[in-house]
Amino acid sequence: MPDSPATTHGAQQAANSADPANFANFADPANAANSAGAEQPPYLLHHFKSASQQADAAGFAMWLFLLTELMFFSGLFTAYLIYRNWYYTAFVAGSHQLSVVLGATNTVVLIFSSFTMAMAVWCSKTGRRRELALSLTLTFLLGLGFLGVKSVEYREKFENHHVPGRHYSLQSFLYPQSDPQIFAEYHDRPLPLDEARHTEVYFSLYFLMTGMHAAHMIIGLGILGFMILRARAGAYTSGHATFVENFGLYWHFIDIVWIYLFALLYLISRH
Amino acid sequence: MSSHTIVSLPDQSTARIPKRNYLTEENGLLSWLLTSDHKRIAILYLISITFFFFIGGALAGLIRLELLTPQSDLMAADTYNKVFTMHGIIMIFLFLVPSVPATLGNFFLPMMIGARDLALPRINLFSWYLYMAGGILALYAMITGGVDTGWTFTTPLSTHYVNTNVITTGMAIFIAGFSSIFTGLNFIVTIHKLRAPGMTWFRLPLFVWAHYAASILMVLGTPVLAIALVLVALERIAGIGVFDPAKGGDPLLFQHLFWFYSHPAVYIMILPGMGVISEVISTFSRKRVFGYTAVAFSSVAIAVFGFFVWAHHMFIMGISNYTVLVFSLLTMLVAVPSAIKIFNWTFTLYKGSITFETPMLYAFGFMGLFTIGGMTGVFLGTAGTDIHLTETYFIVAHFHFVMVGGMLMAFLSGIHFWWPKITGRMYPERLSQLAAVITFVGFNFTFFPQFILGTLGMPRRYASYPPEFQILNVFSTAGATILGVGYLLPVLYLTWSLKYGAIAGNNPWQATGLEWQTQSPPLTENFTVMPVMDHEAYDYEWLERQTLASQSEANLSQAKQEQALGKEKEVPRAG
Amino acid sequence: MNHISPVIYQFLVKWLTNFRLFPPEASKIAPQMDALFFFILLVSLVGLTAVVLLVVSFSILYNRRRHPVAVQVEGSTLLEATWTIIPLGLFLMMFVWGALIYFRVYTPPPNAMNIYVVGKQWMWKVEHSGGQHEINALHVPAGRAVQLTLISEDVFHSLSIPAFRVKREAIPGRYTTVWFEATTPGTYHLFCSQYCGTNHSQMTGDVVVMTPEDYRKWLAGSTSGASLAQNGERLFASLSCNACHNARPDARGPSLAGVYGSRLTLANGQAITVDEAYLRQAILNPSQHVIQGYAPIMPTYQGEISEEGVIALVEFIKQLDSNYRIQQTLNTTELPPENEGNAAPAAPAAKGRATHAPAPRPPASQGTTPPGNASQGKVKP
Repeated sequence: MPDSPATTHGAQQAANSADPANFANFADPANAANSAGAEQPPYLLHHFKSASQQADAAGFAMWLFLLTELMFFSGLFTAYLIYRNWYYTAFVAGSHQLSVVLGATNTVVLIFSSFTMAMAVWCSKTGRRRELALSLTLTFLLGLGFLGVKSVEYREKFENHHVPGRHYSLQSFLYPQSDPQIFAEYHDRPLPLDEARHTEVYFSLYFLMTGMHAAHMIIGLGILGFMILRARAGAYTSGHATFVENFGLYWHFIDIVWIYLFALLYLISRH
Repeated sequence: MSSHTIVSLPDQSTARIPKRNYLTEENGLLSWLLTSDHKRIAILYLISITFFFFIGGALAGLIRLELLTPQSDLMAADTYNKVFTMHGIIMIFLFLVPSVPATLGNFFLPMMIGARDLALPRINLFSWYLYMAGGILALYAMITGGVDTGWTFTTPLSTHYVNTNVITTGMAIFIAGFSSIFTGLNFIVTIHKLRAPGMTWFRLPLFVWAHYAASILMVLGTPVLAIALVLVALERIAGIGVFDPAKGGDPLLFQHLFWFYSHPAVYIMILPGMGVISEVISTFSRKRVFGYTAVAFSSVAIAVFGFFVWAHHMFIMGISNYTVLVFSLLTMLVAVPSAIKIFNWTFTLYKGSITFETPMLYAFGFMGLFTIGGMTGVFLGTAGTDIHLTETYFIVAHFHFVMVGGMLMAFLSGIHFWWPKITGRMYPERLSQLAAVITFVGFNFTFFPQFILGTLGMPRRYASYPPEFQILNVFSTAGATILGVGYLLPVLYLTWSLKYGAIAGNNPWQATGLEWQTQSPPLTENFTVMPVMDHEAYDYEWLERQTLASQSEANLSQAKQEQALGKEKEVPRAG
Repeated sequence: MNHISPVIYQFLVKWLTNFRLFPPEASKIAPQMDALFFFILLVSLVGLTAVVLLVVSFSILYNRRRHPVAVQVEGSTLLEATWTIIPLGLFLMMFVWGALIYFRVYTPPPNAMNIYVVGKQWMWKVEHSGGQHEINALHVPAGRAVQLTLISEDVFHSLSIPAFRVKREAIPGRYTTVWFEATTPGTYHLFCSQYCGTNHSQMTGDVVVMTPEDYRKWLAGSTSGASLAQNGERLFASLSCNACHNARPDARGPSLAGVYGSRLTLANGQAITVDEAYLRQAILNPSQHVIQGYAPIMPTYQGEISEEGVIALVEFIKQLDSNYRIQQTLNTTELPPENEGNAAPAAPAAKGRATHAPAPRPPASQGTTPPGNASQGKVKP
């Protein structure tokens, strides 16, 4: 007793007789073999006709998701570029308060972590269990290192009263000599009061942009931790590298965002 | 070439709902709450958005009650401000944005392209949970004090001058926004990767094209709203000052970020509805949509152009005159594809074979009311007239015409059109036609006077107004009562039809989509064998051949059965 | 009429005699805008009628009973082109016409008289240059170009005068302008049309258009005694602006006599025209608006003057065509200390500086200038 209606059946028969090669069955667990004759892998979901279609779809979805993340950050980048154009001297003065050494360290750390992540993807694809867990763990530690350096920088801002809000202080901008190290490097002029007030906008955007970035890193580290546990139990090495690969895309995206942040927040005002 | 029309409801004496379908596949609450079946998720969405619609509708009722008299006498001014704010937020983010995509789109997109499910079924379920979380958080914010910033959250009012639940509501919208992003993402991947063999882009139903365009908008636009709301929240919490002129910020920056999403949002809301109209008009005139390619490209054009017109919400805000020029010009350009669609649908009727079932009535309502709403948009996109008409009831009337007269009618049209497929049952035709007419009449009574109020100058968001505006407001409120009846009726008779409606059969409308070539209600896996698309979309001749072939095959098998059984009693056929 | 309830009858009379379908046209731009409005309305009606007629007639002609067999028609490129190009052409016409009107409304003529409007939650404060102050009311003469310069003290508000067909946002942080020329004497509505909080609906008022004769009488009877410019002169001295802007040879700031309307070059090379917006910015955000050739030493007055104060100063500077009175005030006040013009430390000290200002106030200085010298100062009330 067919439970599919007669019309589909009729169409099916017509198609079948027309060109059997065009016809491909759905990946039905009940079907032990598909048209290619191979076994269906256990991770294949019921609505995909092949593992490659599933992996393809997952990868495409990840790229689209990264596009939405790009749009999310773009609002902040737009605000930064507009305000930097309006309040140039204030933004330069604010930028001089950041430590380029720490920023560069973070950049190197993240780039290296992207390398270890790429290694992890390769290990997953080539079935290297031990190396996979190792690369993932290295990536995790490097990510933690990044957050550690970031927290050092944030603490420094907090101590210098450069966190926007009630305790924000204009001292460093009205009297640049009060920060001898920074003054020795940049010899900034003291800013007039109204210009100095605009440095708060700079720091707002600094915390917003790096904070958003750090939030994304924390989420990434959480997923990474989960992946390490699963990798040690042997997952991701039986030819199904999709999860690791797509997470790798996310991780590289975070890295690229940081590179832009480093350039825009730390570097372009050095002169 | 001609196509015969075969319209006959299935033989009711032996008709039965197929025993195995997506509703009966598994039982129990958890099988619904943990489902990955796109059809069940669509039903979950349908129930939730109906719930939020009636809350938003009740708030609308309160607004109209207040506006019966020129004085602000029904509720305190602050309460009224909260009521219209929550009405806007619930209706836009919790009803209109997910209405067609999350219910009809989720249910039928995979079936229309011959897939078994959306590409990412678990993300689909997660999407619904995000929607529920956002909705419940919004309700919580409403109950524990409400928000009174207007749905537009204009700074610096929302950042420094109100002490209501701005952050909670903002975060609720943020969460619901991610629901929308994931739905759009799912749709785009599905349409790209899961089309059945032979289903080329230009064989897709126009419903799919419309959802593709809307999904692009959802995916690219919603994140910008998300960041705008985060900035408002942080300015309230930490006083960061990005929108505060005293600290060097610019309050207009918020408006740019907000409208950069919120204008595409209106196209997110209307495009899926337009997709429904394409399907309905084609089916009930037995004709391929006139100018299929033009309609498909128009959908994409609306999506693309829709990203470049946001500042037409800001013409009098003190932006430069030259900015106004650019955005006004682009607004005129974005109006053209919508006009093209209306004309194409009109000419789909030409030399068709038309009947006036409820979905078609709603579709006609859509065409008239959306034309009016769209043309009044041109009044507003023209910079000169916008000066007089902006921030008045003309705007309120304009967006209610396109959203309620347009989108909501399209939603009801789609619900009625696909109800037989979703439930296996028909709705009561006469009663639903009556409800459609009541809705149309009530709608016009409610919102047409508001155009006049707007040209007279009555500002929006006013609880009290000069006495000479009263009679028009009274008309509007009277219409709202009728409109409420028109919306209540479908809830009642559709629920009734679940148990007592006539059995629908596979294809009561004799429509051409792949979803109609399956049983009603469909199987969980939609198709047991993958369909092959060997014909164009809206190919009524193909349908005719199919039906004739299956009828003759059925006759043949029945004849064989009768022969085998001799002269014994007739064996009732299943399905 | 006896068998209708008196209550209902009362309402009917009230409603039917007290409502309009279209606002009165009381300004020069109103008929122009209405012409465009009716053009778009006509096009909309024609379009709507066309669609409705087509739909209805197709529904009748091709009803299933009458026309049981549908004829598949793929499309028609000609039709597509027609209904793309014709609407586009009409929309572009509307765009051009609308752009012209828009520019007209927001480009005040040079001879327009200026009235300042400060919006705040929840009232409109109207300031005429002669010193007349109004709350939620605006008296204007008929037949004269009137420019409104708007600003908000808190959130966005929007001044809307439907009878004139003008509307403009009042924004916190900068001036916006709109102008009109009223034609018909009468009283018209004035609304705030940008949602601004609790009493948004109460932020309404009246625009009273008067004949020039009546307007003169009203001006004379409503003055507060000092014009905006006179108030500005007072502030100028009390805030020690005269310490730098005194046209002495060694002055630290540029002379302000006749500066309004002139073209100057900023320190960054940009050329600007000195208008109200520039003057306001120069007072509140001076470091970015320094004139070429001068050191960036002017302190900011952000937080120390109200918007009305800024308006008074702007009006004073607009009227200033000689430095005589400024120099007079210098003679009768002590000069502030040497570091006066430098970048001040954090806010509390700056406030201290303002109160440091010399005690003798304009009344004293006015006392020293004999009445006959009033014409020399040329500060117009």
